[in-house]
Amino acid sequence: MTATLLSIRGLTKAYPGVVANDSVSFDIQQGEVHALLGENGAGKSTLVKMIYGLVKPDSGTMTWRGAEFAPPEPRAARASGVAMVFQHFSLFDALNVAENVALGMENPPPMRDLAAQIRSVSENYGLPLDPDRIVGDLSAGERQRVEIIRCLLQDPKLLIMDEPTSVLTPQEVEILFRTLNKLKSEGTAILYISHKLEEIRTLCDHATILRLGKNVGTCIPSETTAREMAELMVGDTLHTPTRTATEDGAPVLRINDLSLSSANPFGTRLKNISFTVHAGEILGIGGVAGNGQDELLAALSGEATSDTNTITVNDAPVGHLGPNERRALGILAAPEERLGHAAAPDMSLTENALLTGALRQKLTKNGFVNWNATRAFAERIIKAFDVRTPGPDTAARALSGGNLQKFVIGREVLQNPKVLVVNQPTWGVDAAAAASIRQALLDLAATGAAIVVISQDLDELMEIADHFGALNEGRMSEIHPALGLTIDEIGLMMGGADETEGAAA
Amino acid sequence: MIILEKRPEPSRLLSISTPVFAVIVTMIAGGLLFAALGKNPVEAIRTIFWDPLFGEYAFYYRPQLLVKGAPLVLIAIGLSLGFRAGIWNIGAEGQYIMGAICGAAAGLAFYPSESILIFPLMVIAGALGGWAWAMIPALLKVRFGTNEILVSLMLVYVAEQLLASMSLGLLKNPQGFGFPGSRNIAEWNAANSWIAQDYGMHWGVVAALIAVIMAYVLLNRHILGFNIRLTGEARRAARFAGVNPTRLILFCLGTSGMLAGLAGLFEVSGPSGQVSIDFNVGYGFTAIIVAFLGRLHPVGILLAGLLMALTYIGGDIAESQMGLPSSAIQVFQGMLLFFLLALDLLTNFRVKFASKGTA
Repeated sequence: MTATLLSIRGLTKAYPGVVANDSVSFDIQQGEVHALLGENGAGKSTLVKMIYGLVKPDSGTMTWRGAEFAPPEPRAARASGVAMVFQHFSLFDALNVAENVALGMENPPPMRDLAAQIRSVSENYGLPLDPDRIVGDLSAGERQRVEIIRCLLQDPKLLIMDEPTSVLTPQEVEILFRTLNKLKSEGTAILYISHKLEEIRTLCDHATILRLGKNVGTCIPSETTAREMAELMVGDTLHTPTRTATEDGAPVLRINDLSLSSANPFGTRLKNISFTVHAGEILGIGGVAGNGQDELLAALSGEATSDTNTITVNDAPVGHLGPNERRALGILAAPEERLGHAAAPDMSLTENALLTGALRQKLTKNGFVNWNATRAFAERIIKAFDVRTPGPDTAARALSGGNLQKFVIGREVLQNPKVLVVNQPTWGVDAAAAASIRQALLDLAATGAAIVVISQDLDELMEIADHFGALNEGRMSEIHPALGLTIDEIGLMMGGADETEGAAA
Repeated sequence: MIILEKRPEPSRLLSISTPVFAVIVTMIAGGLLFAALGKNPVEAIRTIFWDPLFGEYAFYYRPQLLVKGAPLVLIAIGLSLGFRAGIWNIGAEGQYIMGAICGAAAGLAFYPSESILIFPLMVIAGALGGWAWAMIPALLKVRFGTNEILVSLMLVYVAEQLLASMSLGLLKNPQGFGFPGSRNIAEWNAANSWIAQDYGMHWGVVAALIAVIMAYVLLNRHILGFNIRLTGEARRAARFAGVNPTRLILFCLGTSGMLAGLAGLFEVSGPSGQVSIDFNVGYGFTAIIVAFLGRLHPVGILLAGLLMALTYIGGDIAESQMGLPSSAIQVFQGMLLFFLLALDLLTNFRVKFASKGTA
């Protein structure tokens, strides 16, 4: 049965200065998995927000099972049977699973009944989750399950999922896909937003591709190659980074038995981490979010200091040094969180250029800032990394994620680091920007820098890393050459056997 | 329904103009308040804002503007550095008292010497006194993680007790016929801070102007000022940029204490003239309002300090001439901060009027 569940005709939404959606039309059938593909800023979020009643369209119509559908607010959309799992979870760390689920419901049943319902739904759909556990202790994958179960308890007809696999291990992705297929077989339609083309090819029945707010094509993913879909998305041919052949350089960065507790009470303790990165090498570090990535970056950038000899660069011990002392030695870093960590949101790009560039770019003299030189440095970053912005006086928060990320990475790369550590360099960045960031990292490695790329995007790591390791609960797996690793081997490195399933059984 | 929408960038125009709006709205709301008290609102507002500057007795009130404005600006400049970095020194009143006590004591120890070194010595002692008093919450914060708001505030009351004890004991004027209070420093040539008393000029005015300029240069041209702003805007980014939070706390609290101490010293050796039980009149607390009214910007603080001084003087006139209760004047001054903070929202948010349902 393929009755049309939701039909979208000519949906348009304009914001000051930008048309987010320009007469987008497509249909979602009952019981299909429909992919929504597009670069960042293509208008996917706006589109699903209109379906979910968060944003009101300027023009165009939606029909839900033949009847007009214009939800004035999310509650109305939920009442019709639309549920949404957001990319960023809205959960309270200090509450348990059942309490968090109750907070998102219109009329939550008594807690004991709810816990029972959560158990039964989680068993039915193969999403292991204990309702009594505190959310602060859960992995990102388990947190996502909380959100999914919260939706499933409302018995949705249409489930919208915004980049659900970005935080999952390959094994967790498999579990999620099994769940989604089961939902599909029960007649639930799923609107699936993702950058990851291979996933869409395995999971989705139809795909609608958005570019700059317009619907530029539809396809049947299983019959289309990832490359064709990517080209539809980007509009021109993708520039695939080429792996630079690296010879064995001298060891530059050495980590010797680094153990460090996290500054964050919900953080992960680093346990006995040791590895070496050579000149010209890119070490890719995979792992599911929350397994010590932030802590490792802090330990390498100098935000968290450790024992003197646990970290050495060119045989000089640096473990006890702070961020600027390490910058002086050529150790630079770009943290994951762009706004508030890598950059100050309300400060201009010029000021943000000063944030890490002051020392190596000699932007200060006797403590006084040379603003002209700083501005020139910011302009250099903007030019070299094609940051789309009106100018260096723009506040960082006014930039899109991809453009700010290009700025943040560019700021470090242009300082000629000897060691560069980046965390999630292309998270939430569109394909074209991601490709140019990766190319910049490869070019930097070719000049002899030692690079550590921490990322949850395995495709990315496979593309640029020479060597691969994974973090799991603050421990580092063995480091292997990236060439020839299979996805199963990587999965094992990232988490051993499928622990989450075992834990709930 | 009214919706607030976050602006992509803070509006520069509004950030400059909201203090002006706040003053206007305060005048309107204050006028209503005075009308409710049965006074002519237009006359009350005119008495507060116009008479001290251009009224019949303005020649007497204008110097008062400098006398009252200088300590407010001097203290608020110091506080604004910390406030910018999210370090909240609420105890400037106490540091102001300690500056006065230490400065006066250092000078009085050499009474009646007429050495030219007396006044510089008192300045240094006053600055150190305020600095040391502020270092108590600073050190407790960096060492034990105590809350600097509470500690600095509570130390105000300790300082007030010390002030009373000093006025009645150690610093009491031996020739004062048993009255509490120290010798009159303002009448001691080597030690008084007056430059031109008839115009209200004393060294505190000079120090306030220098502080404004130094703070402006520090915040806009120096990496330390950048680090202060960065810490206030994004603490993690500041840590990433290599800012040492401990040093920043010590610097901000120390500097604000020092400036408050200086303000106390200049006051005790000039306008006030002696260490007495009721020496402090709340400059340290009012300076908090001044700092925010001036948007934590040095030039803004200068203007806000003068405005605040004006409402003080005008308020006094309104009290004596129109019989307005002093509490009404305080409410009026409180309104100013209230409306400023309320209108502040507009800098970062846009107000939209929309029909119900699109939220």
